[in-house]
Amino acid sequence: MTELSQLTLVEAAAALRTGECTSVALTESVLDRASLTEASVHAYLTIDRQGAMAAAEASDRRIAAEKPIGPLDGLPIALKDNMMTKGIETTASSKILSGYIPPYDGTVVKLLREAGAVFVGKTNLDEFAMGSSTENSAYGPTRNPWNLDTVPGGSSGGSAAAVAAGSALAGLGSDTGGSIRQPAALCGLVGMKPTYGLVSRYGLIAFASSLDQIGPLTRSVQDAAILYEAIAGHDPHDATSFPGPAPSGTERLGAGVEGLRVGVVNELSGEGIDDEVLVAFRTTIDRLANAGAEVVDLSLPSTATALSAYYLIAPAECSANLARFDGVRYGLRVDGSTVDEMMSLTRAEGFGSEVIRRILLGTYALSAGYYDAFYGQAQRVRTLIIQEFATAYEQVDVLVSPTAPAPAFELGAKTQDPLSMYMQDICTIPSNLSGHPAMSVPVGLSASGLPIGFQVMAPALGETVMFQVAAAIEALSDDIGRPVLEVVAS
Amino acid sequence: MNWEPVIGIEVHVELETASKMFCGCAVDFEAEPNTNVCPVCLGLPGALPVPNRKAIEWITKIGLAFNCSISERSQFHRKNYFYSDQPKNYQISQFDVPVCHDGWLDVTVAGATSRIRINRAHMEEDTGKSIHVGDSGRIHSATETLLNFNRAGVPLVEIVSEADIRSAAQARAYAQDLRTVVTALGVSDAKLEEGSIRFDANVSIRPVGTEPFGTKVEVKNMNSFRSLERAVDYEIRRQEGVLESGGIVHQETRHWDEGEGVTHSMRSKEGSSDYRYFPEPDLLPIEVTDEWRDEIAATLPEMPAARALRYVALGADGDSASSLAGSEALATLFESAVEAGAPGNVVANWLTGEVTAWSRRESLDVAESALTGKHLRDLAAMVAANSLSSTAAKEVLGYVLAGEGGPAEVATAHDLVQISDSGALEEAVDEVIADNAEQFARLAGGEDKLIGFFVGLVMRVTGGKADPRAVTEILRSRIS
Amino acid sequence: MPIDIDIAHVAKLARIELSEQDMASYRAQLGVILDHAAKVQALPTEGVQPTSHPLDMVNAFRDDVVTPSLDRDEVLSQAPDATDGFFRVPPSLDNE
Ligand SMILES: [Mg+2]
Ligand SMILES: [Zn+2]
Repeated sequence: MTELSQLTLVEAAAALRTGECTSVALTESVLDRASLTEASVHAYLTIDRQGAMAAAEASDRRIAAEKPIGPLDGLPIALKDNMMTKGIETTASSKILSGYIPPYDGTVVKLLREAGAVFVGKTNLDEFAMGSSTENSAYGPTRNPWNLDTVPGGSSGGSAAAVAAGSALAGLGSDTGGSIRQPAALCGLVGMKPTYGLVSRYGLIAFASSLDQIGPLTRSVQDAAILYEAIAGHDPHDATSFPGPAPSGTERLGAGVEGLRVGVVNELSGEGIDDEVLVAFRTTIDRLANAGAEVVDLSLPSTATALSAYYLIAPAECSANLARFDGVRYGLRVDGSTVDEMMSLTRAEGFGSEVIRRILLGTYALSAGYYDAFYGQAQRVRTLIIQEFATAYEQVDVLVSPTAPAPAFELGAKTQDPLSMYMQDICTIPSNLSGHPAMSVPVGLSASGLPIGFQVMAPALGETVMFQVAAAIEALSDDIGRPVLEVVAS
Repeated sequence: MNWEPVIGIEVHVELETASKMFCGCAVDFEAEPNTNVCPVCLGLPGALPVPNRKAIEWITKIGLAFNCSISERSQFHRKNYFYSDQPKNYQISQFDVPVCHDGWLDVTVAGATSRIRINRAHMEEDTGKSIHVGDSGRIHSATETLLNFNRAGVPLVEIVSEADIRSAAQARAYAQDLRTVVTALGVSDAKLEEGSIRFDANVSIRPVGTEPFGTKVEVKNMNSFRSLERAVDYEIRRQEGVLESGGIVHQETRHWDEGEGVTHSMRSKEGSSDYRYFPEPDLLPIEVTDEWRDEIAATLPEMPAARALRYVALGADGDSASSLAGSEALATLFESAVEAGAPGNVVANWLTGEVTAWSRRESLDVAESALTGKHLRDLAAMVAANSLSSTAAKEVLGYVLAGEGGPAEVATAHDLVQISDSGALEEAVDEVIADNAEQFARLAGGEDKLIGFFVGLVMRVTGGKADPRAVTEILRSRIS
Repeated sequence: MPIDIDIAHVAKLARIELSEQDMASYRAQLGVILDHAAKVQALPTEGVQPTSHPLDMVNAFRDDVVTPSLDRDEVLSQAPDATDGFFRVPPSLDNE
């Protein structure tokens, strides 16, 4: 049997049921793995060994009594550190929240706790989820297990790296402009962003409220579907939460793509995309066509403006969302002679430069005289993108594109040039603006052995067909395996 | 030059819902500091607001009571400004589409009625409370600030008038009438002293007969109707003084100092008024359908103005009718007394006179007294039957209010019942005539002023319990 | 020409104390990003309603029911400064 820490959720759950292993053994296996890999990968900010072992023991008692709660009972999972965990330090990788112990669990955390999941710990991210490389962390960068000189992507790079490295079986990330899908692509994982409103945002530190969604980072499409089903559903604590039942993720896995119409978005699969990525993308398209899908080329011209709209909307919303970090009620305080001075010094000291950049950008975009030209116009462009997607989905079942424009880049390569970093998200941002679901599936490795992702997008509440297509792609692609990581016991 | 004041009033009303606007924390101002707080109203990371349905119903009710149109679709916005008692450093408020818009309230001052237009009523959340600790207790010399977030997130309705008010007296009347309506709706206790209703006045002046508005000054911190009137009056005169002496009125916020009777300029930070409003992405639009609006309208009680008109028809004079209509306790007593058969004018006078005076003197609510409508009916009947003088009736009323018993019982106990038995009175009159035959002869001879002398004697003989009118009648019958 | 912004005013609105040097560098970076972002202005959007929510939903409310609040000690344990059940901060305005 494979190393326990390398199992998929489905494999591990089966092993638990048959008694081949215990949750304690699984949990110890990922914790042991973490003690080997963390020194080089740095996926975690906090590892809750004690809490994880206690949860694993409780799970083993349920399984022994033949009363497991569900498919996730006893499975070790990593949580991005922007999700509230009662009693466990939560910092969003920011100095301003250093040492912050939340008094409550976010809804998703609560749902997973109730499903018997074991939380290994809290993973690193770009500060307040702002970034695409997990280098903007006050606690140091995370490295990509496939190549330690490269970034794992971001902002959910910690969760992605943990799953890739074997220090968790699956992870949760949050996706505002591609923050689940891009690290999934760079770390050779499946990453999925649900339809806006399907997964509660209560207890997720808000970056851009109208774009943020929590979703799974896993080793298989089926794992992603199961984890998605566990966290989706109406939450009365989130007014933007969809009141109806969430679409099934697992229902049509394995149904193939025969007769499905697949639209290739021209604007997202040409200019600006790395050649190797384009080759892997085209290969996958051909495989889909051979498997019976009808492939259509489509133009969505307003997606070309999506990045611009995003860099007005997300900073504007974040400038208000991050105003609460002021040194008054929690977190860092730098003393001042007046309360205004205290706040201004605290925020200057507590926020990293990318966060300050976006707060300033958003403040400016909302301020008197500029609102209509910037934020207002960006929201109208958003409407155009939604309309264009709606028209496209009259012709096709799913839209596809590469996930990230290139495989993982080296640490430090883009930190001096914000705009080139922002370009990482050109393919993923449109689905955040439209609120539609989208996911990334690994489809191959570059010549230098780095993973390449393929993006499947679907209309609002189109999760079922999206997972169906993603599962077909997974089955049609060569298995990229797991990263070979040189580790030294610490 | 003659100046005309131009005044608009902004009112903040705290709704008395059980829970806060966006979370389940209790609305309770007596609680220990920072005990009614949760992730939402403390602005903890990750928390999200969910609006209180009842607050939306109540602001709709307020809007309907002020003749507003109700927006079919309205929206929350974030109003961004840093202040330490504002947990998120933005206030969830409304901007371009409030729940209620374009209403009015008719206000009468010295017999003249004016229609004050209401621009809008919108929904927002209250801030926490700051206690500025320092030597004088004033902000400027405070050494530190203590924060209590129990009030943070309490539902707040802001009602904004047009600049239709033209005098300090009218400003006061508008504020009073507005409070009366809000109270009648049962959505807020609207206590000025406790800040559950707060009035800010925007004051400017312009030469009489001209159109353009002058520079407006916002006056804050008035915690009684009297101080509102004084503050507006002071500000009008201050601006007149500035302009008459060739100065310029600056657009600013001024603080009313009740003790000194003046407004002070509040130093405000430059640029702080850039609120960067944008639609609140955590909340959905509010849609008040016609059906929902009608359902809410059906719960509206009779409005004070309509009620006052009805009381006039029942016999109350105009002023009394307004006072009665403005107080739930007095109105209840008035209606039950009249329904039981008491004359409206008499009862209205008692309620706005003795009963109101008693309530003030004792610092007790009329509703807390033992007085009932039936008591008032019985009292009025005794007066009508001449068994009580009107003076004695007021005394009896006092004992009833104090809980000593019903009017008949109390009047007997305090020996206040008039002798209305004509036999006994005639006996007394004849006795007095017999004892003063000479004076009676002069009276009978036409010296009419002696009638008072005889009435007085009879009153003395009866210990003051005779009805003077009945005595006079008997004397007349003896003369002829 | 990158868009020129009054960075000192913006930083003040955002309550972030910046050195002259930081301001200059943010001013330059923001100019470049805004220049790119200003592309949104090229799209014709006359008559287009702004999206403030990607799904067309209205009226999510809660009932007016009181639910338990947090434990005050737990809340204040996270405060940088607290006393007698209150959060404590420096005074609001400069002393004269
Ligand atoms: Mg207001
Ligand atoms: Zn609360």
